[in-house]
Formats: sequence, structure tokens, C-alpha cells
Amino acid sequence: MSAEVDKTETAEAGKPPRDTRALLREIAESNSLVVVLAVVASLIIGGFLIVLASPAVEEALGYFFARPADTFKAAWDAVSSAYSAMFRGAVWNYNGDTFAQQFRPITETLTMATPLIFAGLGLGMGFRAGLFNIGAQGQMMIGAMLGAYVGFAWNLPPVLHLIVAVTACALGGALWGFIPGILKARTGAHEVIVTIMLNYVAANLLGFALSKDAFQRPGSDNPQSPAVADSAAYPLILGDNYRLHLGFIVALLAAVGVWWLMERSTWGFRFRAVGANPNAARTAGMNVSIAIVGVMTIAGALAGLAGSAQILGTERSLTAGIAGSFGFDAITVALLGRSRPLGTVMAAILFGGLRAAGPALQVQAQLPIDIVLIIQSLIVLFIAAPPLVRFLFRLPAPSREKVVTA
Amino acid sequence: MKKLVSIGALAAVSALTLAACSSAPEESGSSSTAAATDTPAASLDYTACMVSDSGGFDDKSFNQAGFEGLQQAKADLGIEVSTAESTSDADFAPNIAAMVDAGCDLTITVGFLLGDATAEAATSNPDSSFAIIDVTYEDSFDNLKSLTFETDEAAFLAGYAAAASSKTGVVGTFGGIQIPSVTIFMDGFLSGVEYYNEAKGADVQVLGWDGENGSFTGDFSDQTKGQSTAQGFIDQGADIILPVAGPVGLGAAAAAQAAGDVWIIGVDSDWTLTTEYADIILTSIMKNMGPAVYDVVKTSAEDGFSSEAYVGTLENGGVGVSAFAANTVDEATDAEIQEISAGIIDGSIEP
Repeated sequence: MSAEVDKTETAEAGKPPRDTRALLREIAESNSLVVVLAVVASLIIGGFLIVLASPAVEEALGYFFARPADTFKAAWDAVSSAYSAMFRGAVWNYNGDTFAQQFRPITETLTMATPLIFAGLGLGMGFRAGLFNIGAQGQMMIGAMLGAYVGFAWNLPPVLHLIVAVTACALGGALWGFIPGILKARTGAHEVIVTIMLNYVAANLLGFALSKDAFQRPGSDNPQSPAVADSAAYPLILGDNYRLHLGFIVALLAAVGVWWLMERSTWGFRFRAVGANPNAARTAGMNVSIAIVGVMTIAGALAGLAGSAQILGTERSLTAGIAGSFGFDAITVALLGRSRPLGTVMAAILFGGLRAAGPALQVQAQLPIDIVLIIQSLIVLFIAAPPLVRFLFRLPAPSREKVVTA
Repeated sequence: MKKLVSIGALAAVSALTLAACSSAPEESGSSSTAAATDTPAASLDYTACMVSDSGGFDDKSFNQAGFEGLQQAKADLGIEVSTAESTSDADFAPNIAAMVDAGCDLTITVGFLLGDATAEAATSNPDSSFAIIDVTYEDSFDNLKSLTFETDEAAFLAGYAAAASSKTGVVGTFGGIQIPSVTIFMDGFLSGVEYYNEAKGADVQVLGWDGENGSFTGDFSDQTKGQSTAQGFIDQGADIILPVAGPVGLGAAAAAQAAGDVWIIGVDSDWTLTTEYADIILTSIMKNMGPAVYDVVKTSAEDGFSSEAYVGTLENGGVGVSAFAANTVDEATDAEIQEISAGIIDGSIEP
């Protein structure tokens, strides 16, 4: 065991210091097994935390030596009730009275996954082009803001209204992605700094807009817009009993679109070439600036569509919290999905499930919502450190990756 | 290294051993009867639930106050309670739905952000009851009760007291975000000062709010902004400050303490009890949400739910001012404030 550790350590130490780009690539190309094991490892650690948070276990521990079985039983009860509540909240509620109640959790999971799919796809494109875009949050807000305005202020015929509103969301996000793209291409301004700052600008712009009468409900001073018109909202695809809306289908189509763009089109080849080595791409005659601006704009548009999933799908009215933490969660989703469209969709559904399980965990298992957030954070931690997962599960370092990181 | 680990482990194990030596509880016939004897005799078969907004139940403001009211109801009435915190706006509807699914008799939601989601849940679940804090609806629902507070009535009294006891003739107020549940405090405070000016021919100035525009820190969490805003007021001569911004107000209190000879007016709860700045609190404008929630739960559980709106006023004790700090408000002023309070209750004075 210790020999293995030493080997890994020396192997790590022997490598030259890696820049962000190489690190991103390593994370993006870590193998799927590591991803699955990272999820498993975080669920196991989450289980320990659940045990520690359980009052029943604490009580039983007080007399551990008098009757140890109680402690183990309490611990088992805590963990099994938590994870079964998680299952009931995210997949299938076998305790439900009606079919609608039983079936609703999985539709909730997909609903929660929708904005994550959109934003994760955009971020994944950026990662593969070597751009660490932190700005999905701001892009989502601006997209949602424009889409909301079109949704509640304009009066258009049904189908057209939805199309225009969705386009407005995409345009808003695209604008907010274009700005860091053009700044990076023209001036070399680092996209991480610029996108983080633009998140603040977007959040304050949204707050400012919501303080104006144009974005408020008539007769109210609350920072909350009127609800978007029914004609501008995504229709519910499974009927009134479920919140799953057309945005989910659009997100799947976007995933196919991104796959085609990145894997099959000339543009995608350019994006990937720029990500692999911008100098080589430039030498080969590619216009790196245009590729950077293009990737950021498309990523922004996808984040804007994530905003549409909220404003035209589930929330219907604009508030300062419309973007929640989806823009940041999407970074994790894209990393977890190894920046590939299919992986991103799967990762988004996993995260959607964790979110959808939140209410059941709190209400049925009486656990604090923080446990879910901790499990999410642990997944990120393990994904970001493949050697740690390999060490925990005694996996050999794959040779492919040695080549990549060398 | 290994030695260090084993010493640590030994220490941990011995600590655990010492802690774990107490004897096991008697095994009773069945655990359910044991549980039943723990609950009060007058235990009611009623489940009251609460969903927070994204501030969470530890926001030192309305979520927390409501939560404490609910816990009190649980302790006194022996009812079941269930709570869910929202981490973002996207959690509101799912959390409320989870409460309905869990069989809550009464679900209480907190804040205007949950207004739409609560109304929707009330419409689609006519058999469940709901209550919401700080929201009123144009439509009325048979199964949805709104709890609102006329905090301007109490703020009016605090404004009058502030104007009467300011030595510099300048007082200040600022808010977290410009929303009605915040500006209602500032409106009342401003009117109170103006009422004093009119009655006494004085010219006490109010910084930070003119009835339409004013100073806002932009959120309910960043205490340094509260500190710098309060410092700005102090630099302009203010000696009494009313921060209406939840925990951000603690930053203002820190600035006041550093400046010396500056008083703070607390909001929501009695800040001499809930903060560490007891000696610089002139008074607190209390919005008694906890007792209101407690009453709603108690009445609903014992006598059945009523959708009639609850409005906290000076008259019913839903709002009020706490006792003034010693040697700040003289007896004559105190008597005037009692008179004004009576005037507000009988409607002769408009806050």
C-alpha cells in the first residue's frame, strides 16, 4: 500500500508544473470509472455525515459500551432512511398513494436538470476550447431578464411568443458571453476575471431593473416581475400534474446540436484545436480570436437558455434569485460530464436528482439541506483529484493519462 | 507521524469510552409507548409545517422568528412539526409540495418571494391549509391566511422618541433592499420625526430616507456595508440610527459603538436581548412574528383554521416598541409617546 503511494507521489513530483489548461484537460479526460467511483465515495462519506448528524445515533453513543447494538442500529436507520428518502425524492416514490405521486419525483429530477444541461453544455464547450468560463450565472440572469420582459410585456400569438421569448433569453446570454470573449480575443483579458466580474454586473443590473416600475407588478413595490404570459411559457409535456416542460426536450436537442458542432463540424474542430494548443492552431492558419469569441458567445447563449428554463418553465416571474446557483452548479456538471454532451446530460440528471431529493430529505428524513450540498461538493472534490479516487479504490494509474499529462 | 496518529486515536477512544459509560435506557415493552409518554398530555394530532425563503431559518429575521414560533407551538401543544429550508427560488414550489405530500395540516411560508408558489399550492390543494407571512393577496382564498404587520405604527413611535432624544438634531435610517417590508419601517420612522417637528416646532433631520428614495446596502448579509453606511451618517452628525436590514444592522451597531454617543434602534426583535450591543440600543421596533405564528398554529390546531387575515398592530401587540434605554427619553416624552400610541390605535393619528 505505502509503496503504491510513494510511486504515485514520485510520479506526481517528477512532472513539470502544469498550467490551468493542462489541468483542465486532465480533468476532462479522466476516465468514466473514476467519475462513478467519485460519486460512490461521496455517497459513502455523506453516509458518515448523516450518521454524525443523527440525534438518535448521538443518544445511542452515550451508552455505547452498555449496548453497542443500539448505536449500529441507529446509524443504519439514519443512513437507510436518508438514502431511501433520497430515492423517493428523486426517482420513484414507492410510498405515494396515486400513480401521479409515485411518478412525480423522476419528472422533478428532469425538471431540475434542465437548466443544468443547458448551462453545462455551454461551459463544457468552453473547457474543451481551453476557456474557463465562470460566467454562466450572469449569462443566465441577463437571458432570463430579457426573456421575462418579452414574456410579460409583449403581446404575441401563442407559438410565436414562446419562440421570441426563448430567442430573447439566448440573445441576452450570448451578449453576456460575447463581452468576455471579445475582451479575451482583442486584449488578452483573462476570461476567469472578466466573467466573474460580469456576474456581479449582471446581478446588480437585475436588482436595479427589479427596482423599476417597468419590471414590477402593477401596484406593488416588491422586486418581482409580473408572471410571463401563458403564451410565452414552455408547455408542460406530461400534463398539469408534473412540472416537466418543453424546455427539457429543447435541452436534449441542444445537447445533440453541441455534439454535432464539436465532433462533426469544422468549427468544432477549430474550437478543439484552439483548446489543445492555441499556438499550433494559429500556426496551422486558424483564426484563434474568432474561435474564442465564437465559443464564448455560444456558451453564453446556452446559459441564457438555462435562464429560459427557469423564467419560462418553472418560475414564471423574475426575481433577484432567478438563477439560484445553477450557473455555478453547471461548472461542476460540465466537469463531471467530462465536457462531453452525453456526459453533461447524465451529470445534470444526477445533480437534478440530488436537488429534487432536497425536499424529501428535509421533510421525510429530517436532515438538513446542507447534507445534499456537502455530497455535491464531495463529488467535485473527488472528480478534481483522480489520483485520490484511484488511491481509495486501489486503481492503477491508467497509462493513457500518463501520456496526456506528461 | 504514525505515532502521532496512534496517540490521537488513543485519546479519541478514551474520550469515547468515558462518554459512553453511561447505562443504557431500560428497554420498555414497545418504543412507541415510551415516545408517547414524552409528549404533553394534551397532545394534538396536528402537523404544522414551515418553508423558509432562501435566507434560511437562521437569518436573524423573519424566517428565524417564524421558526421559533413554530418550535414553541411544538413544545407547548405537542403537535408534529416539519420544516424545509429553501436554498434558492427554484426550491419554493417543490418544498411546499413536499409538505402537502407529507400530510401537513397547515403549511406556513415566509416572505413575498413565496407568494405565487403558496397561492398556487393553495389553489391546487383545497384540503390543506396555508398561511404566509408578509404577503397579502388581492383574491381571497378559503385555505390561505395572510399574516402582515403594520410596523410603521411602531416605527412612528420610535421616530418620535428618536427626534425627542437626538442631541445633534440629526437621525439616520437605511435599509437592506428597497422592498415594502423594509421601507414600511423607514416610512413610519420618518413620519414620527416629522410629527415631532410639527408638534414642537423643531427641525430634526432624517438622513437616508425621504419617503421615496434613500440609502440601501443592497443585501441582507454584508455587515461591512452596514458599518460604512452608518459611519457615513455619523460623519454627517447623526446620533441615532435605525438600520432596517436584518444582520447588516449589526455592522451599524459596531460603527455606533466605535463612534461613542450614538444610539441604534433595533428592528424585528428586542436587540437588547438578541444582540451584544445592549448598551447602545435606544429602543427596538418589534415585529412579533413568532407569537403571531404561534397563535395561528394554536388556533388552527385547537379550533380549526380560519382564512381571516391577521394584521399585527399596536392595538393587538403584533408590533410595538421595547422599553427605552435609561436616561434617554424623559418622562414627559414618554407620556407623549403613550398618547400618540393611543392616538394611532383609535385612528386619530395616521402613522
